[in-house]
Amino acid sequence: MIAETIRGVCRLMTARAGQRDEVRLDAAPRVYFANHASHLDFVVIWSALPPALRSRVRPVAGRDYWDRSRVRRFLSQRVFHAVLIERADADRRLSPARASIGAMTAALDRGHSLIVFPEGTRSIDGAIGPFRSGLYYLSRVRPDIDLVPVLLENTHRVLPKGQAIPLPARCRVRFGRPIAGAAGEDKRTFLTRARGALLAMGGCDGRRH
Amino acid sequence: MAAGTDLTLLGLFGTIVALLTVASVIGGVLHWRVAGGEGRVTVDNLNARIRAWWVMAAIFMISTLTGRAGAVLLFAVVSLLALRELVSQGPATASDHRTLLWAVFAATPLQYFLIWRGWYGLFTILIPVYCTLFVAIRTALSGDTRHFLERTATTQWALMTCVYFVGYVPALLTLRLPGGSHANAALLFFLVVVVQLSDVLQYVWGKTLGRRPIAPRVSPNKTWEGFAGGILSATAVGTALWWATPFGPLQAAAMALLITLMGFAGGLVMAAVKRDLGVKDYGTLISGHGGVLDRIDSLCFAAPVFFHVTRYFFA
Repeated sequence: MIAETIRGVCRLMTARAGQRDEVRLDAAPRVYFANHASHLDFVVIWSALPPALRSRVRPVAGRDYWDRSRVRRFLSQRVFHAVLIERADADRRLSPARASIGAMTAALDRGHSLIVFPEGTRSIDGAIGPFRSGLYYLSRVRPDIDLVPVLLENTHRVLPKGQAIPLPARCRVRFGRPIAGAAGEDKRTFLTRARGALLAMGGCDGRRH
Repeated sequence: MAAGTDLTLLGLFGTIVALLTVASVIGGVLHWRVAGGEGRVTVDNLNARIRAWWVMAAIFMISTLTGRAGAVLLFAVVSLLALRELVSQGPATASDHRTLLWAVFAATPLQYFLIWRGWYGLFTILIPVYCTLFVAIRTALSGDTRHFLERTATTQWALMTCVYFVGYVPALLTLRLPGGSHANAALLFFLVVVVQLSDVLQYVWGKTLGRRPIAPRVSPNKTWEGFAGGILSATAVGTALWWATPFGPLQAAAMALLITLMGFAGGLVMAAVKRDLGVKDYGTLISGHGGVLDRIDSLCFAAPVFFHVTRYFFA
């Protein structure tokens, strides 16, 4: 019920217009990867999905942030059933990354879908920054899982990083055609390709600013 | 007295329903006769517009029947929806978030509260004077100076067009007119019906006879033929509605001409803003029409002028 209320407020604030480009959204587990600019991002994607799928789609969120206070813990675990992962600030340290991948694959193996934000942090102006490597490792161990690019537009205007009260502004969420998994590809090529899928849908390139 | 004025409102309701019925019949005939091609797209869009008109007319009639509170509430919601559309574009950054929150959640309700109270001395200056000052100060306090003038001006423009100008429509209910509150409701109907009808007639004349564009770079669909035909026929309808207003027939004609011209100007200006922002429509809320702002652009510009001219000469 709390989730539905949040969804309703979100809808009022964003006048959300969902659009699915040639992607059939069914119950098969898949990974939705999106650009990240706001705490609302997950709710916007989640509410754009068909109602039947919503209970099986879980956001992947940083434990350091979402486990910090009672409210955040309640929202992330009880309301949205987030998969909390350790955010390693250096990609090369394998142990936390491995543990995170384990938590994500466990969810996928149970038939859940995941929403991930490969930038690892929220963008200030909606431009897409460089991707962290989690998506690559995840795709290496579960190569058959579809990776669906999701482009979010304008959510940074509704609730930018550091603000608590949302401002009404029209947002758009677009589901793109799934990209191929990372099998047989090196990390940099794969991440450039995944990020390129969002840019090709009209995302703003944060590195050209 | 009361029975007579109720009949006036009933007559205006009847006029709206009759106009929409004629439009629906024409739309139905066109749907049946135009089979395919580009014409089909136009006809489908026309029918979507007519269906949306029925909904808008129903909401408008019900809310104005509930008196000043209903009309104030309706246009407050219209203002908020329009603001939501304008805020989605433009140069605002994360540093403008707080300023915009004040504009949406404080300035807008306050302005409509003042209109509801009929506090003329304050609702006419709240946004142009005090909100202009506030927006400039709050934006400076945000510490972000990039595109400062552009960002401040955009916020101020959003408040002026979406809230201040739109607020003049329900503000008509606060005028003291000979004939009591029903005369005010009739005035509100006169403004909205004539201006919106002028939009429709300019569209119809433009689609059928339009050849020479007025300002092709601003709005390729606005033609001299559509302009002349739309303004003149809407003025004629406005004149024919003189019995419902405090105006005589000639005065009603002059008023109708004034508000249709202002309405045209509003459409032109808002089209220029859209070109500047690089969008075709402000939104998708009203099927066939685009966004709320696409529908009320003409009303924005007609309402303040209509209010002040009426207040000066007739109240």
